[in-house]
Amino acid sequence: MIRSLLASLCLLCLLCACAQEAPPEPPTPTFVPDGRPEALSDWGQLAVGGGTLVLGEAVTPYHLATALFTDYAQKLRTVWIPADAGPAGYDPEGAFDFPVGTVITKTFYYPRAGGGFERVLKSNDGMAHYTDRQIDLDAVRLIETRVLVHRETGWETLPYVWNAEQTEAYLSRAGAFVDLTLVSDAGEEALGYMVPNVNQCAGCHETDTTDGIGARPIGPRARHMNTDFEYFDGVANQIDHWSEQGLLRGAPPAQAAPRNASWQGEPPLIGAALDEAARAYLDINCSHCHSRTGPADTSGLYLEADEPVGPHLGVCKLPIAAGRGTGDRRYDIVPGASEESILTHRLASVQSDVMMPELGRALDHEEGVALITAWIDAMSGGCG
Amino acid sequence: MKTIKTALVGASLLTLAACGAPEESRDVSGFDRVYQNTLMNALLDAQPGDVIEIPEGEFIIERGLSLTVDNVTIRGAGMHHTVLSFAEQRQGAEGLLVSGVEGFTLENLAFEDTVGDSVKISDSTDVVIRNVRVEWTNGPSTDNGAYGLYPVQSTNVLIDGAVAIGASDAGIYVGQSENVIVRNSRAEYNVAGIEIENCNNADVYGNTAINNTGGILIFNMPNLPRPGAGTRVFDNDVFENNTSNFGHAGTPVASVPAGSGILINSNDDVEIFNNRLSDNRTAHVIISSLYTSGYEDLGVTEGFDPYPEAIYIHDNIYSGGGGNPDGLELQALRVALFGPTGRLPGVLWDGYVDEEKMINGSLPDDLRLCVTDAQVVNADAPNGFSSPHVADSALFDCTLEPRPAVELDL
Repeated sequence: MIRSLLASLCLLCLLCACAQEAPPEPPTPTFVPDGRPEALSDWGQLAVGGGTLVLGEAVTPYHLATALFTDYAQKLRTVWIPADAGPAGYDPEGAFDFPVGTVITKTFYYPRAGGGFERVLKSNDGMAHYTDRQIDLDAVRLIETRVLVHRETGWETLPYVWNAEQTEAYLSRAGAFVDLTLVSDAGEEALGYMVPNVNQCAGCHETDTTDGIGARPIGPRARHMNTDFEYFDGVANQIDHWSEQGLLRGAPPAQAAPRNASWQGEPPLIGAALDEAARAYLDINCSHCHSRTGPADTSGLYLEADEPVGPHLGVCKLPIAAGRGTGDRRYDIVPGASEESILTHRLASVQSDVMMPELGRALDHEEGVALITAWIDAMSGGCG
Repeated sequence: MKTIKTALVGASLLTLAACGAPEESRDVSGFDRVYQNTLMNALLDAQPGDVIEIPEGEFIIERGLSLTVDNVTIRGAGMHHTVLSFAEQRQGAEGLLVSGVEGFTLENLAFEDTVGDSVKISDSTDVVIRNVRVEWTNGPSTDNGAYGLYPVQSTNVLIDGAVAIGASDAGIYVGQSENVIVRNSRAEYNVAGIEIENCNNADVYGNTAINNTGGILIFNMPNLPRPGAGTRVFDNDVFENNTSNFGHAGTPVASVPAGSGILINSNDDVEIFNNRLSDNRTAHVIISSLYTSGYEDLGVTEGFDPYPEAIYIHDNIYSGGGGNPDGLELQALRVALFGPTGRLPGVLWDGYVDEEKMINGSLPDDLRLCVTDAQVVNADAPNGFSSPHVADSALFDCTLEPRPAVELDL
């Protein structure tokens, strides 16, 4: 009797201890030169404990001016370069030239909606509940963390899926489906969130199929990085900050570097702001494939930010191998007529052989579709 | 300008309306649902040189498969014994996507009812597809996936003994590739049976193309990273390609008239010989430029050559066909030239010639259109079809240097 009473008291104590546990010490990042670590914690880039996610020592968080849409997920991006590996080389066009040893992570998460583990909030925020190098795990649900590591043999992609206890993410090379309910003011919708398998990782990250390098980072390019970030010790431009911190060499001052517009789902804009936001959106969402060197060069549709306006940008361009993707529309972009343009049809679709991008979303991005719709409708001309 | 296109658009609307409800797809309720994980992991963990054997059986696959490893062979137990069904596919624009590999062999199995393309192979070299069946089991339907077998931007491609049925674009499509052989294969009930597009050095022989909208297409499209030229089409059976066009509006093949045997569009250096063509209701062979393909010069990058040149058509056997061409304008043309019960002859040409290349009123010898086995109807498209006529056979009475055979060491 007394023993059982003591036992319950003990349990209570333990629970108390749990609730009051402090966040973990920042872990020490590790470069794993080969093999496939089974647990995300093996990399030391992030740690969880005491209801908090913390960044590893010298791990730098970043975000992009305009981000890829992934079913309204929030994204915590980090980069870490081993101290003895030297900085990344600046490149005005392509991804920065990171040294071997670099580890990049991207954690996908959602704010919790309450009322069940599967219920999460739909929003266009980029990094909700992130502050001071921490995320409050009572407020969010972690889904997956993708690791991109630069090894002697090239960049490798390793997808990790967070467990239900939110204590660890485990390697899942075959990917996974995660069933969620997305909650917003407009109501609720089911989401079969897809974690890509390692081949699908390469499907986006092999942005140049001609140079034999294989996968590589997509986001850390000058034009995506040239925006402010709220660091622990204040707001700074990311390119300037990386240069100051010794993460980047050869970069000009940020104001002299290419810059994409920053767009976070705002309602349709007008004029130059609309054009810049739309081009930034197409660039980050499409041009990893739709460029002159990407896997979708088979289509002749190129959507990088600096592609001149013309048939290769889709203007009055007929499709090649779109199949059902045409939606019985004739041109990729009909200036002034989004409802006749294939581009908006494919962005709005959730059917697997119609939707664009092909990978990485199960839902349509309402605000993104609205942006591209407004952009096309604001063009003048038509296709004769 | 009135073009074949406008006539065709009208025609396809009519034919689409005439299409009945598609047949039912194959019942997959008894198929295995467990094996798919084994297969996906085998593809992810494959090492160069591996042979992945898929046993006899019928398997549900819910996610698109992919492979990025060199020199892998995927082998089933026969195209009717090992069946991968994608009827319940949840994700993926293809059934199988192979990208960026040196060496790949796919043989002895079937892919059924994929949501999008069935087997896509991009940016690879030394690709062999042998005795593979790709099929949409509900028969021709606009809701079917676009391409059956779809190698693109690849070098050294052999498709041998394949079967492709029901694609809403092309059953067997090789695009933007170099050194290509498609042989001993069967394409039926696709919009395009076999299509070679923007390829260099391709041989298409020993195939049967039957009941497609168009049997064999040799195309060159604008706005692509590479143009193509140089194809031989020989020893094929091209019969009764009269299925109403069920392609998606906006796709290039949606403008192919039902009843087209072999169709050359904007492609140069094509030799067509020793084929047996019968009962293709529009025309056995159509030679057209970009201007009558539904593509105008608007939205075309500079430097693209829209004219088919150096075409050599000889020693084919034609029977029947040409009696009921698709589209009101072509019907009117037939009646005007050959009477109410007459037939179009073997070859229909849109009539476009690159005036800038003409010397003394004709193309240089090595760019001519040579047709020595059939009459040619000039549709007079450049003049709005105002005076179509049977061309003077002397204009086409020439020969070109035979193209060399494609040599593949696979």
